Amino acid sequence: MRAWTLLSLIVGSTVAGDVLQSLEMKRHGEITEFHPRGIGRVLAALARKKFLILAIVFMAISFFAFMTLLESADLSFAVPASAATLVFETFLARFVLKERVDSWRWAGACLVACGVALLAR
Amino acid sequence: MTDARLRWKTQLFTIIVVLSNALGNFALAWGMRGRSTVTVFDYLSTIFTPWVMIGIALLILWLLSRMALLSWADLSYVLPVTSLGYVASALIGRFFLNEQITSTRWIGTVLIVAGTILVGRGSPHGRGDL
Repeated sequence: MRAWTLLSLIVGSTVAGDVLQSLEMKRHGEITEFHPRGIGRVLAALARKKFLILAIVFMAISFFAFMTLLESADLSFAVPASAATLVFETFLARFVLKERVDSWRWAGACLVACGVALLAR
Repeated sequence: MTDARLRWKTQLFTIIVVLSNALGNFALAWGMRGRSTVTVFDYLSTIFTPWVMIGIALLILWLLSRMALLSWADLSYVLPVTSLGYVASALIGRFFLNEQITSTRWIGTVLIVAGTILVGRGSPHGRGDL
Protein backbone atom coordinates (compact mmCIF):
# COMPACT_ATOMS: atom_id res chain seq x y z
CA MET A 1 0.00 0.00 0.00
CA ARG A 2 2.81 2.37 0.96
CA ALA A 3 4.59 1.49 -2.28
CA TRP A 4 1.52 2.40 -4.36
CA THR A 5 1.16 5.72 -2.53
CA LEU A 6 4.81 6.53 -3.25
CA LEU A 7 4.39 5.43 -6.86
CA SER A 8 1.39 7.74 -7.33
CA LEU A 9 3.40 10.56 -5.78
CA ILE A 10 6.31 9.87 -8.18
CA VAL A 11 4.08 9.74 -11.27
CA GLY A 12 2.08 12.82 -10.24
CA SER A 13 5.07 15.00 -9.39
CA THR A 14 7.11 13.90 -12.44
CA VAL A 15 4.21 14.67 -14.78
CA ALA A 16 3.52 18.03 -13.12
CA GLY A 17 7.23 18.96 -13.09
CA ASP A 18 7.79 18.09 -16.76
CA VAL A 19 4.66 19.80 -18.06
CA LEU A 20 5.37 23.01 -16.10
CA GLN A 21 9.01 22.98 -17.22
CA SER A 22 8.03 22.52 -20.85
CA LEU A 23 5.38 25.26 -20.60
CA GLU A 24 7.80 27.81 -19.15
CA MET A 25 10.57 26.94 -21.63
CA LYS A 26 8.13 27.28 -24.55
CA ARG A 27 7.15 30.71 -23.24
CA HIS A 28 10.81 31.69 -22.95
CA GLY A 29 11.44 30.68 -26.55
CA GLU A 30 14.41 29.07 -28.22
CA ILE A 31 17.72 29.50 -26.43
CA THR A 32 20.32 30.59 -28.95
CA GLU A 33 23.19 31.94 -26.84
CA PHE A 34 25.60 29.40 -25.43
CA HIS A 35 28.60 31.47 -24.41
CA PRO A 36 29.00 31.86 -20.62
CA ARG A 37 27.55 35.38 -20.45
CA GLY A 38 24.54 34.36 -22.54
CA ILE A 39 23.90 31.31 -20.35
CA GLY A 40 24.15 33.50 -17.24
CA ARG A 41 21.57 35.90 -18.72
CA VAL A 42 19.18 33.05 -19.55
CA LEU A 43 19.56 31.53 -16.06
CA ALA A 44 18.92 34.91 -14.42
CA ALA A 45 15.75 35.32 -16.48
CA LEU A 46 14.59 31.76 -15.78
CA ALA A 47 15.20 32.03 -12.02
CA ARG A 48 12.27 34.46 -11.87
CA LYS A 49 9.77 32.18 -13.61
CA LYS A 50 7.23 30.87 -11.09
CA PHE A 51 6.27 27.74 -13.03
CA LEU A 52 9.89 26.77 -13.49
CA ILE A 53 10.60 27.04 -9.76
CA LEU A 54 7.47 25.00 -9.10
CA ALA A 55 8.64 22.46 -11.70
CA ILE A 56 11.97 22.03 -9.90
CA VAL A 57 10.14 21.57 -6.56
CA PHE A 58 8.04 18.81 -8.19
CA MET A 59 11.16 17.18 -9.63
CA ALA A 60 12.76 17.20 -6.17
CA ILE A 61 9.64 15.61 -4.64
CA SER A 62 9.72 12.96 -7.36
CA PHE A 63 13.44 12.30 -6.79
CA PHE A 64 13.15 11.85 -3.02
CA ALA A 65 9.96 9.77 -3.33
CA PHE A 66 11.84 7.54 -5.79
CA MET A 67 14.75 7.16 -3.35
CA THR A 68 12.32 6.30 -0.55
CA LEU A 69 10.53 3.79 -2.77
CA LEU A 70 13.84 2.09 -3.60
CA GLU A 71 14.45 1.48 0.10
CA SER A 72 11.48 -0.86 0.25
CA ALA A 73 10.68 -1.87 -3.33
CA ASP A 74 12.64 -3.45 -6.16
CA LEU A 75 13.90 -1.46 -9.12
CA SER A 76 11.67 -3.69 -11.29
CA PHE A 77 8.66 -2.20 -9.53
CA ALA A 78 9.97 1.37 -9.42
CA VAL A 79 11.20 1.84 -12.99
CA PRO A 80 7.93 1.05 -14.86
CA ALA A 81 6.59 4.15 -13.10
CA SER A 82 8.54 6.19 -15.62
CA ALA A 83 6.83 4.26 -18.42
CA ALA A 84 3.47 5.38 -17.02
CA THR A 85 4.60 9.03 -16.84
CA LEU A 86 5.57 8.92 -20.52
CA VAL A 87 2.04 8.03 -21.61
CA PHE A 88 0.38 10.57 -19.25
CA GLU A 89 2.76 13.31 -20.35
CA THR A 90 2.14 12.67 -24.04
CA PHE A 91 -1.59 13.14 -23.38
CA LEU A 92 -0.96 16.37 -21.46
CA ALA A 93 1.45 17.59 -24.16
CA ARG A 94 -1.39 17.18 -26.66
CA PHE A 95 -4.24 18.64 -24.60
CA VAL A 96 -2.60 21.12 -22.19
CA LEU A 97 0.48 22.27 -24.09
CA LYS A 98 -1.42 22.00 -27.41
CA GLU A 99 1.44 20.23 -29.13
CA ARG A 100 0.71 18.61 -32.46
CA VAL A 101 1.21 14.94 -31.58
CA ASP A 102 1.04 13.01 -34.85
CA SER A 103 0.58 9.25 -35.13
CA TRP A 104 4.37 8.72 -35.35
CA ARG A 105 4.81 10.35 -31.95
CA TRP A 106 1.96 8.33 -30.40
CA ALA A 107 3.41 5.12 -31.80
CA GLY A 108 6.92 6.06 -30.64
CA ALA A 109 5.76 6.97 -27.13
CA CYS A 110 3.89 3.64 -26.81
CA LEU A 111 6.90 1.63 -28.05
CA VAL A 112 9.23 3.43 -25.61
CA ALA A 113 6.77 2.92 -22.71
CA CYS A 114 6.58 -0.83 -23.47
CA GLY A 115 10.36 -0.95 -23.79
CA VAL A 116 10.94 0.76 -20.42
CA ALA A 117 8.48 -1.64 -18.77
CA LEU A 118 10.37 -4.63 -20.24
CA LEU A 119 13.76 -3.17 -19.33
CA ALA A 120 12.75 -3.15 -15.68
CA ARG A 121 12.15 -6.90 -15.61
CA MET B 1 16.92 29.13 -37.99
CA THR B 2 17.05 26.64 -40.85
CA ASP B 3 15.66 23.15 -40.45
CA ALA B 4 19.07 21.53 -40.90
CA ARG B 5 20.62 23.69 -38.20
CA LEU B 6 17.73 23.08 -35.80
CA ARG B 7 17.99 19.35 -36.42
CA TRP B 8 21.74 19.39 -35.74
CA LYS B 9 21.27 21.41 -32.56
CA THR B 10 18.49 19.06 -31.39
CA GLN B 11 20.64 15.98 -31.99
CA LEU B 12 23.61 17.51 -30.14
CA PHE B 13 21.48 18.40 -27.11
CA THR B 14 19.75 15.02 -27.14
CA ILE B 15 23.17 13.34 -26.90
CA ILE B 16 24.20 15.65 -24.02
CA VAL B 17 20.89 15.00 -22.15
CA VAL B 18 21.13 11.22 -22.61
CA LEU B 19 24.81 10.89 -21.66
CA SER B 20 24.76 13.30 -18.71
CA ASN B 21 21.74 11.47 -17.27
CA ALA B 22 23.15 7.96 -17.68
CA LEU B 23 26.70 8.86 -16.55
CA GLY B 24 25.38 11.03 -13.70
CA ASN B 25 23.22 8.22 -12.34
CA PHE B 26 26.12 5.80 -12.74
CA ALA B 27 28.51 8.09 -10.82
CA LEU B 28 25.92 8.55 -8.04
CA ALA B 29 25.25 4.82 -7.78
CA TRP B 30 29.01 4.13 -7.79
CA GLY B 31 29.68 6.73 -5.09
CA MET B 32 26.81 5.52 -2.90
CA ARG B 33 27.97 1.92 -3.00
CA GLY B 34 28.30 0.40 0.45
CA ARG B 35 27.59 3.70 2.21
CA SER B 36 24.85 3.96 4.76
CA THR B 37 23.10 7.28 5.03
CA VAL B 38 21.23 7.26 8.30
CA THR B 39 21.92 10.68 9.77
CA VAL B 40 22.10 14.12 8.14
CA PHE B 41 25.85 14.05 8.75
CA ASP B 42 26.12 10.80 6.75
CA TYR B 43 24.35 12.49 3.84
CA LEU B 44 26.61 15.56 3.96
CA SER B 45 29.83 13.56 4.16
CA THR B 46 28.65 11.41 1.22
CA ILE B 47 27.85 14.44 -0.94
CA PHE B 48 31.43 15.67 -0.73
CA THR B 49 33.01 12.46 -2.02
CA PRO B 50 34.44 12.74 -5.57
CA TRP B 51 32.09 10.29 -7.34
CA VAL B 52 28.96 11.74 -5.79
CA MET B 53 30.11 15.27 -6.68
CA ILE B 54 30.76 14.22 -10.29
CA GLY B 55 27.31 12.62 -10.32
CA ILE B 56 25.63 15.77 -9.01
CA ALA B 57 27.54 17.97 -11.49
CA LEU B 58 26.44 15.72 -14.38
CA LEU B 59 22.82 15.76 -13.19
CA ILE B 60 22.91 19.59 -13.06
CA LEU B 61 24.21 19.52 -16.65
CA TRP B 62 21.35 17.11 -17.45
CA LEU B 63 18.74 19.48 -15.98
CA LEU B 64 20.11 22.55 -17.82
CA SER B 65 20.59 20.85 -21.18
CA ARG B 66 17.09 19.34 -20.98
CA MET B 67 15.65 22.79 -20.20
CA ALA B 68 17.48 24.21 -23.22
CA LEU B 69 16.16 21.39 -25.43
CA LEU B 70 12.60 22.04 -24.19
CA SER B 71 12.96 25.70 -25.18
CA TRP B 72 12.64 24.73 -28.86
CA ALA B 73 11.51 21.09 -28.90
CA ASP B 74 8.11 19.67 -27.88
CA LEU B 75 7.71 17.67 -24.67
CA SER B 76 6.10 14.90 -26.73
CA TYR B 77 9.33 14.82 -28.79
CA VAL B 78 11.87 15.19 -25.97
CA LEU B 79 10.43 12.44 -23.74
CA PRO B 80 10.65 9.45 -26.11
CA VAL B 81 13.92 10.59 -27.65
CA THR B 82 15.73 11.09 -24.33
CA SER B 83 14.48 7.67 -23.18
CA LEU B 84 17.64 6.43 -24.90
CA GLY B 85 19.09 7.19 -21.45
CA TYR B 86 17.54 3.94 -20.19
CA VAL B 87 19.39 2.08 -22.93
CA ALA B 88 22.64 3.90 -22.09
CA SER B 89 22.17 2.98 -18.40
CA ALA B 90 21.57 -0.66 -19.29
CA LEU B 91 24.72 -0.73 -21.46
CA ILE B 92 26.80 0.96 -18.74
CA GLY B 93 25.54 -1.66 -16.29
CA ARG B 94 26.45 -4.41 -18.75
CA PHE B 95 29.98 -3.23 -19.54
CA PHE B 96 31.14 -1.48 -16.36
CA LEU B 97 29.26 -3.32 -13.63
CA ASN B 98 29.08 -6.71 -15.39
CA GLU B 99 25.33 -6.87 -14.92
CA GLN B 100 23.54 -9.51 -16.92
CA ILE B 101 21.10 -8.35 -19.58
CA THR B 102 18.34 -10.89 -20.06
CA SER B 103 16.61 -11.43 -23.40
CA THR B 104 13.53 -9.59 -22.05
CA ARG B 105 15.71 -6.56 -21.36
CA TRP B 106 17.25 -6.73 -24.84
CA ILE B 107 13.73 -6.72 -26.32
CA GLY B 108 12.95 -3.68 -24.15
CA THR B 109 16.10 -1.96 -25.45
CA VAL B 110 15.12 -2.66 -29.07
CA LEU B 111 11.60 -1.27 -28.47
CA ILE B 112 13.01 1.94 -26.94
CA VAL B 113 15.41 2.44 -29.85
CA ALA B 114 12.59 1.78 -32.35
CA GLY B 115 10.31 4.27 -30.57
CA THR B 116 13.10 6.84 -30.52
CA ILE B 117 13.67 6.45 -34.25
CA LEU B 118 9.93 6.82 -34.98
CA VAL B 119 9.74 10.08 -33.04
CA GLY B 120 13.21 11.37 -33.91
CA ARG B 121 12.65 11.23 -37.67
CA GLY B 122 9.98 13.93 -37.37
CA SER B 123 10.39 17.62 -36.61
CA PRO B 124 11.26 18.51 -32.99
CA HIS B 125 8.34 20.90 -32.85
CA GLY B 126 4.94 20.36 -34.38
CA ARG B 127 3.82 23.98 -34.28
CA GLY B 128 4.96 26.55 -36.75
CA ASP B 129 4.73 29.44 -34.30
CA LEU B 130 7.10 28.11 -31.65
